[in-house]
Amino acid sequence: MTKTWLKTLGAAVALSVSTTALSAEPLRVATDPSFVPFEMMDQETGEMIGFDMEIIAEVAKRAGFEYDLNTMDFNGIIPALQTGNVDIAIAGITITDEREEIVDFSDPYYDSGLRILKRSGDDSISEVADLDGKKIGTKIGSTSYDYLVKNLENNDGVTPYPGSSDMYMALMQGSVDAVFYDAPNVGYFARTKGEGQVETVGELYEGQQYGIALKNGSEWVDEVNEALASMKDDGTYETIYEKWFGPMPDAK
Amino acid sequence: MEFQFDWQAAIDSIPYLLKGVPYTLLISFGGLAIGFALGIFFGLLSINKKWFLRWPATIYIEIFRGTPILVQVLFIFYGLPDLIGGPIDPLAAGIAAIALNSGAYISEVVRGGVQSIDKGQSEAGLSLGLSRPQTFWSIVWPQAFRRMIPPLGNQAIVSIKDTSLFSVIGVGELVRQGQVYIANTFTAFEVYFVVAIMYLCITLSLSLLLRFAERRGLAST
Repeated sequence: MTKTWLKTLGAAVALSVSTTALSAEPLRVATDPSFVPFEMMDQETGEMIGFDMEIIAEVAKRAGFEYDLNTMDFNGIIPALQTGNVDIAIAGITITDEREEIVDFSDPYYDSGLRILKRSGDDSISEVADLDGKKIGTKIGSTSYDYLVKNLENNDGVTPYPGSSDMYMALMQGSVDAVFYDAPNVGYFARTKGEGQVETVGELYEGQQYGIALKNGSEWVDEVNEALASMKDDGTYETIYEKWFGPMPDAK
Repeated sequence: MEFQFDWQAAIDSIPYLLKGVPYTLLISFGGLAIGFALGIFFGLLSINKKWFLRWPATIYIEIFRGTPILVQVLFIFYGLPDLIGGPIDPLAAGIAAIALNSGAYISEVVRGGVQSIDKGQSEAGLSLGLSRPQTFWSIVWPQAFRRMIPPLGNQAIVSIKDTSLFSVIGVGELVRQGQVYIANTFTAFEVYFVVAIMYLCITLSLSLLLRFAERRGLAST
C-alpha cells in the first residue's frame, strides 16, 4: 500500500517538475477561449483558429520564437502576464493607459470599438443612452464594462460575465436585454450563431486599438513590432485580415 | 422557444471533453498522493504531546480547512509568483492546491482514526515489551488505517470534484474543456450533462474500488 502511494507521489512530483521545465523553453502565449473571429475553437480538430491565431503564428515565424498556446479567461490574462505565468497574450486586447502600466503592448494591429447587441424585434434600444437602467451583459475586465460604468446614470443592471459565450447565451435566453461589447465580436456573432435572433444597433463607441500584450520589460517587443510592420508592408496582414473580416476599410 | 435536448451535440462533444479527463485524474490523484503524505505527517504531529510539534500542525490544518480551495489555488497561481519571483505552471498549481487542501482534511482523518483505537491496544503492546514506535506502527496504525478507509475515500471523491474549480486558472481539465467547447457551440445543457456523466463515471469507479478494498480489508482481520 505504502509503496504504491510513494510511486504515485514520485510520478506526480516528476510530472509537475518536468512540465515547468519544458515550458521554460518556448514562449507561453495566452489567448481567450472564444472571441470570434479573433480566436475560437475549430470543432473538428479542437485547435484554436482565428485572426489572432494567424497573426501570432506569422509574428512568431518572423520574430523567431517558438510558442505554446494556452487559453484562459480574459480576466485572467493580464494578471498572468503580470506574474510572468505567461510571456505573450493575443486576445483582442485593447490598448489602454491602465493596462500599459502593467504590461508592454506591441504597436496596434487592429482598429476596433464598442457596439450594442440586442434581441431582434426589441425596438426600445438604439443607443447607449437607452441602456440606462436596463440589464446589460458585458465581460469582466473589459473596456466595455468600464465604459458602461462611467457613462450610465443607473448601472445597477450591468452584469459582467467571464466569457463572451456566457453573455450571448444570457441575451438569447432573456436574462439580459442587451450586450455591450467589442464591435467585431458582436458583429460576427450576429452574423453567425445569433443570426435572426439578435442584431447590432447604434454607432461605434470609443475608437479602440488592439495590441499584442507582452510581459512588462519583455525582450520581444521590438521583434514583434518589426514582424507586424513587415507583415503590413508585404501584404500578409491584408490577406489574413480579408480572410476573417472581408475587404479592409480604406486607410484613414 | 421550445427546448430540445440535442443528442448529436452531446455526442459530438465527447472526444473534446475526454481530453480533459487525464488532467482531472492527474490533478486529483497526484494531489491526493501528496495530500496523503501530508495528512499522515501533520495528522500524527497534531496528536503529539509536545506543543511545539502540535501547534504548527494545528495552524496548517486550520488555515487550509478554513479557507476555500478556490481562493487557495488563485493565491498559489496569481499570488505566489510575486513571492518566489518566477512563474508557476497551472497544472503544478492545481496539484499543489489539492495536495495542501486534502492534506489538511486527511490530517483530521488520521487523527480521528488513531485516536479511535482503544488505549488498551497500545498498553498491551508496551507490556509485551515492544518499543513505542513498534507498538504504534505494528499495532495501532494497521487498525486505525482500516477505519480511515471510508473517510479517505470520501475525501478522494471531494477532491476529484474540487478539481473542477481549477478551470479558472486555465488547466485543461474536464470543466475547462466543457467551457471552451460551449464558448464555441452554445450547447451548455448538453455539454454540462456529458461533463456530469464523466465525473460520475470517475467517482463511481472509485467508490466501487473502495467498497472492494474495504471488504478485503475487513475480511483479513
